[in-house]
Amino acid sequence: MPERIVTKDMEAPGLDTLEGYRQHGGYEALSKTLNEYQPDDIVELIKKSGLRGRGGAGFPTGMKWGFLAKNNQARYLCCNADESEPGTFKDRMLMEKNPHQLVEGVIITSYACRVSTAFIYVRGELAFAARQIERAIDDAYAAGLIGKNILGSGYDLEVILHRGAGAYICGEESALMESLEGRRGYPRLKPPFPAVIGLYGGPTVINNCETLSTIPAIIKQGADWYAAFGTEKSKGTRVFCLSGHVKRPGNYELPLGIPIRTLIYDEQYGGGILDDKQLKAIIPGGSSTFLLGADKVDTPLDFEAIAAAGSMLGSGGVVVMHEDTCIVGAVLRMTEFYRDESCGKCTPCREGTYWLTEILERLEHGHGKMSDIDLLMDICDNISGKSFCPLGDAATSSITSSIKLFRAEYEYHVRAGHCMVGNSHPQQEELLVGAQSLQAGAPAKEI
Amino acid sequence: MISEQAKQRMRNLAARYPVARSAVMPALYIAQQEEGYITQEALQAVAEAIGLTVDDVESVATFYTMYYQQPPGKKVIKVCTSISCYLRNCDALVSHLEERLHIKRGETTADGNYTLMTAECLASCGTAPVLQVNDEFVENVTPDMVDALVDEWNRELSAKRAASAQLSTPKEQKMSAPRTQ
Repeated sequence: MPERIVTKDMEAPGLDTLEGYRQHGGYEALSKTLNEYQPDDIVELIKKSGLRGRGGAGFPTGMKWGFLAKNNQARYLCCNADESEPGTFKDRMLMEKNPHQLVEGVIITSYACRVSTAFIYVRGELAFAARQIERAIDDAYAAGLIGKNILGSGYDLEVILHRGAGAYICGEESALMESLEGRRGYPRLKPPFPAVIGLYGGPTVINNCETLSTIPAIIKQGADWYAAFGTEKSKGTRVFCLSGHVKRPGNYELPLGIPIRTLIYDEQYGGGILDDKQLKAIIPGGSSTFLLGADKVDTPLDFEAIAAAGSMLGSGGVVVMHEDTCIVGAVLRMTEFYRDESCGKCTPCREGTYWLTEILERLEHGHGKMSDIDLLMDICDNISGKSFCPLGDAATSSITSSIKLFRAEYEYHVRAGHCMVGNSHPQQEELLVGAQSLQAGAPAKEI
Repeated sequence: MISEQAKQRMRNLAARYPVARSAVMPALYIAQQEEGYITQEALQAVAEAIGLTVDDVESVATFYTMYYQQPPGKKVIKVCTSISCYLRNCDALVSHLEERLHIKRGETTADGNYTLMTAECLASCGTAPVLQVNDEFVENVTPDMVDALVDEWNRELSAKRAASAQLSTPKEQKMSAPRTQ
């Protein structure tokens, strides 16, 4: 098993307490930061480490910090721990098992960015994670690690835990700020970007939970050490959340650039496909990313290679589908999510996700028309790039990519009136023959 | 009834944030803890503590799904139905629970004991299928586990009812039909 950074010592008993965390070197990075570095040194060090955001977009973390507007307004840090991307479950684990690591990352980042109030926005449904973070914050205050004059350095910081209350959209950074300000989670127009005008109008840095949890290790062991992991452009390790049809689903921290095949089939990780079936499709970075076919299984899991293969590394949520998966059914389920989570602010997303779901539903249940497939593509084109925030784009990824890869399966639904896969239809073979004759030019049921 | 202590906690929160308005979400949680759901009185108390209008507070409360607009059951069961749980057959769990509790998803049992909901990805895809009961996780759920859990909750709820019956005369709230959440 390769060296782990952010999940190191994760199984150690008592790691979630202040004392336990300290036994494993906890808060040494904070003390090193305050004793040896000026804030700008930390920004440079993180730039050098090559760390990129672990939330989805993969933006270089140090560069993001460097963008903060230089004015006399109060600055803020928001830790985005509103983990809700389907297929992603790393931040919950990091908060439940090692809450102090995140808190230490928040304090160091706040110091580097000259922030005096930081927020940790934890998804509402993750009640235990929120309790763990709350206790870690309280204990850190009591130990003089947060508050006035931290460790005698003269640096002051307030850290506030803020719980969401059930809204995927609040993981979008501008909606998160709206939510923190006590409003409905509607995204804001960009620009201005949060680094210029963010929370309460001040320059604001927003980082994902895993990103901030990685900071203490980089401070302790150095930028060069961290940059030695991963590939040239995608440095470091990443927690890959493996789920779906694999034998051993779970979180696996691995250097960026390991092939999808290793994650899925290696005995140390996924252990192969459930019931030794054939791989059909892979979602490489949460349900907002484009599906990849089984032929892409040797693609390295890094930002560049996954983009070249036609998708995005996203949140690191790798969802595996085997041969018995009905693609139309799976895509319908993913699209329902975006319909339910669309905030309703802009028309393309609010209306578009509704109609996409309606059409997918009639296709799935055998009431669709052949023209529905192109209609889906047309609606996706009217949402993607034309909605107010990335939620709309995200809703179209699985649809457009699956039609590109599995169009025959959509067509089969129209012709046969049911799924192409699974054992629930004994007459399937017979109909398959029928479908072939249709392809050969026989009149279709309804086109 | 929102207690004076709860109102004080709301006011303290309003003072803790850089801008008082930011306390509206945690204050709504406090109100919900007291009332079970977001009542008119809850909205009023939050509005007063934070210095907003009732309508303004209501606009926030109705955006977020975890603020209940109607009284939920004593056990709120949320079954995750997003993609990773779907691939691990969560739909069978939902059907099983619907049969066992004699309600459909989104409904509350007539005795007010259970509310059954489906939820969006609960960040537990590695242990799918998964459900939450009053916000606590149950992972790698099977239909047999569901039966055992419901038996356990039934015992727990009837023991509680018996205990409270001994203390005071219970005010039975009978409802004829399942309610929609």
